[in-house]
Amino acid sequence: MTPVWTVVALPVALGVLTLLAASGNAVLGAAASGAPAPLRHWDDPLRAAARALVQQRRRTFAADRLLSRVGVVTLPVAALLAAVVLPLGTRAVADWSVGVVWFNAMEVATWAAVWLTGWGPNSAYALVGGYRYLAQGLAYELPHMFALITVALGAGSLNVTRVADAQDGLWFGVWMPVAFAVYLVSALAMAFWGPLAHPVADDVASGAAVELDGPDRLVFAVGRYALLVVAAAAAVPFFLGGGAGPWLPAPVWTLVKTLVVLGALLWAGHRLPVLRMDRFLEFAWIVLIPASLLQMLVVALVVLD
Amino acid sequence: MQVAAFWALAVTAVASGVAVFRVDSMARATFALLASFLCVGGLLLLLDLHYLGALVVLMMIMEMLVMAVFMVMYMMNPAGLMPMTMIHNGRWALGISVAVFAALAAGIVLTPWPPRRGAPPDDPTYALGEAIMGPKMLVMMGIGLAILATMIGSVVLSTDRGRYDREDPR
Repeated sequence: MTPVWTVVALPVALGVLTLLAASGNAVLGAAASGAPAPLRHWDDPLRAAARALVQQRRRTFAADRLLSRVGVVTLPVAALLAAVVLPLGTRAVADWSVGVVWFNAMEVATWAAVWLTGWGPNSAYALVGGYRYLAQGLAYELPHMFALITVALGAGSLNVTRVADAQDGLWFGVWMPVAFAVYLVSALAMAFWGPLAHPVADDVASGAAVELDGPDRLVFAVGRYALLVVAAAAAVPFFLGGGAGPWLPAPVWTLVKTLVVLGALLWAGHRLPVLRMDRFLEFAWIVLIPASLLQMLVVALVVLD
Repeated sequence: MQVAAFWALAVTAVASGVAVFRVDSMARATFALLASFLCVGGLLLLLDLHYLGALVVLMMIMEMLVMAVFMVMYMMNPAGLMPMTMIHNGRWALGISVAVFAALAAGIVLTPWPPRRGAPPDDPTYALGEAIMGPKMLVMMGIGLAILATMIGSVVLSTDRGRYDREDPR
């Protein structure tokens, strides 16, 4: 059975890592812009959050407030629900037999979240951002699914804990490098982060999020960082051997590996330019899908053998 | 607990199904329909069909979001700023739908259902995979090809550029 402590530990861990991601991003941003002491910017997200809490909501003409609230709130909820199947060390909150499918389903809920957030305010740039995310979804989702199926195929199970345990000795990230690379790209895409932040890009004045203000903007930002954290944390059981490692206990190794992947994703966000959606779509369908299918074929041959 | 969850999901599914035809915006209609489908996914999870339940949730979200694009595109009033209705031809539609509902409900009640043979498998996910990859393989391959051909056909028909026309010079 699931120990009770994991039910408490999961939201706490997700919250702390989300704050850490936001802080790390602020420090990286300050360093990139040449600020004198970048580390002193660690509390910028906290200040922004405090400001957002007392700010008034922006109102637009004939907005669909119900839909945009649903969209904004769905983002962090989807991140948390996706995280319940991820093992914290050795135990997941919900050790479901089809955890990999569940993770995928919850992370797809961001499609609805971002589109609704873009549709709700009845604003042109927000709508453009929402539609861009759908196009991005169509681009990243198929290669992403193939990468997850490859992992499940290699482990012979859809249970995330079993997937992690199946990598005894050789990590999936090592012998399925294409699937791992595809997963990392789709991790950026599902949190619309860095090079795949076109739905909230500057050319449309931060797109889907343009009309968000006050608490709405805070919840949206928290949800986005939480998604980034969950995407990084899921790479650990899927590709990096879960909590396995010498000397240290499993939860510590899980945390260390999550932080390394999260750091890489944050760093990519500051080093790579934003891709135009139509170009990414073409790349995804012409390069990523065949590559991930070939990777699946190789894994299937190895597993069958 | 399970009974309560069943009724909550069932009532919500029907209620949001009704809402599809009561709301005055295409976006709301789309998401009311999605809510109804998600409840059906929840019902499958209640039946211990975990794979099918999670898959319904996954596919319905993706499908309804793509549907939203088309529903908004084809409607008479994309922005939802003017009043719109999902109901057309009111009187006849009411008659037809009541008749169809009565016929289907009567079919459920009057059919002599055969007694159940066999028992639920230990692992429904595994049994489903066996069925799809075994006796139903030909059907699944046929459906897969048909869907792929439809997708490619609709993309070819809807795009105005050919294989070698680049939208932007590189």
